Amino acid sequence: MGGIAVIYENLDKFAYGLILTMELTLISSVIGLLLAVPVALGRLSHNPLIKWPVFGYMFYFRGTPLLVQLFLIYYGSGQFVSQLKALGLWDGMFREAYFCALLTLTLNTAAYTGEILRGAILGVPHGEVEAARAVGMSRFLLLRRVILPRAFRIALPAYTNEFVFLFQATSLVSVITLLDLTGIARDLISETFRSMTIWIFTGAVYCAISYFFFFLFRRIEWRWSGHLRARPGMTVAKAKAAAPDETPVVVTR
Amino acid sequence: MNEVTFCKLYGNIPLPQLQGYGWVFCEGLTTTLIVGVSCIPFVILLGLLGAWGKLSGNRVARIVAGAYTTVVRGVPELVLILLTYYGITLILQKTLTAIMGEQVLIDIDRFTAGTITLGLIYGAFATEVFRGAYLAVDRGQIEAAKAYGMNRHVAFVRVVMPQMLRFALPGLGNVWLVLIKATALMSVIQLPELMRMTDIAARAVRMPFTFYFAASLLYLSITIVSIWLLHRGERWASRGVRRA
Repeated sequence: MGGIAVIYENLDKFAYGLILTMELTLISSVIGLLLAVPVALGRLSHNPLIKWPVFGYMFYFRGTPLLVQLFLIYYGSGQFVSQLKALGLWDGMFREAYFCALLTLTLNTAAYTGEILRGAILGVPHGEVEAARAVGMSRFLLLRRVILPRAFRIALPAYTNEFVFLFQATSLVSVITLLDLTGIARDLISETFRSMTIWIFTGAVYCAISYFFFFLFRRIEWRWSGHLRARPGMTVAKAKAAAPDETPVVVTR
Repeated sequence: MNEVTFCKLYGNIPLPQLQGYGWVFCEGLTTTLIVGVSCIPFVILLGLLGAWGKLSGNRVARIVAGAYTTVVRGVPELVLILLTYYGITLILQKTLTAIMGEQVLIDIDRFTAGTITLGLIYGAFATEVFRGAYLAVDRGQIEAAKAYGMNRHVAFVRVVMPQMLRFALPGLGNVWLVLIKATALMSVIQLPELMRMTDIAARAVRMPFTFYFAASLLYLSITIVSIWLLHRGERWASRGVRRA
């Protein structure tokens, strides 16, 4: 089994690839999540000057393939080298595949997460918002203390999928020359021609980490819903009655 | 490029800046749509089979269907595409070599390989859609069908299936929207679809932004038309349902 030996000898390369994959996933998911809040709020805004541009952004990034977005930003920026240089955005930024990959993944996940969050905000029970208004909360306080915490909890199951998809989508950066896990695999295959063994190994690594993330998010969900579970001495039926129903969020990916 | 040319670029149609490469988009778009559409029967067939496996009392069928959806959900599409593309070739090559007794070299045409791969991947998503749709059909309906003396087969075709279609349509629509975007990944195995053709032209003309942006707008228009058609389809499938 020469293929397994190839993998064993190159485990360090795979490890470096995996680090890049994780790095891209984590950085773009964190920035994407932070961006998703204003995106979702902008989409729900009544001001047409905010609402429609945000809608356009979300529609564009959700309606086109990630690969095209990646090429558009990485290769496409090459068409504007002089302008980008004049703005100081070329060297160390658009010139680097790493920066472009991060930018694309972030913009992409922010659009999807924004849509999830938008659905979740709409799913916050109206009574809670009214109650918060009745006690005199300002708009910002209402958002911070009532709407967003609730919306995040409603969005969590759908966000889990989005996060795992983002993790898997980072494999596309190998197409723009980055050596992430997939990039390393492609590199090694062109050296050793052990395509089957290497792809199966790579797929297994992605699969294991994907399910680890699913598991992790399920734990978070469990923790965040502590107040909805049956207390000792409480029957299941009672706990269910006490728990308000969370509106399921449907998302396209 | 200065600002004036940039404006001219998007201002007038047909775009002279495409430098005679406009046909690239027509051809690419056609291939993309053909690949996407030819995946559909495959996706539906695998989806129905998978859903049957997941819901069946047969242990083996349940395990196979479960493993199928688990693997597809856990592995990136790009890896699956490369794995199946090279894998199918390799497996066929090895089996044929074993059968014929001499070295056989084969080269599967990219269209077939791409269609099979995408079908395999999205069949797993369709499996979940059909499973959900089956479970969404009111049990009372099946009981009523039994009470009328229908056997399982007739009950499925006459009662369960039409209602499943209604429940499954939004989910299948989602699968289609994701599938058509995933066809862009076929460019990595050099299938001459929209992305690959755009890539070739963009390199030749050295106007990557213009070309990729145009391609992205074409993908966007596929999405828009699909959403509109799906909306009409859903209305048609639920025409017998009272709306609140």
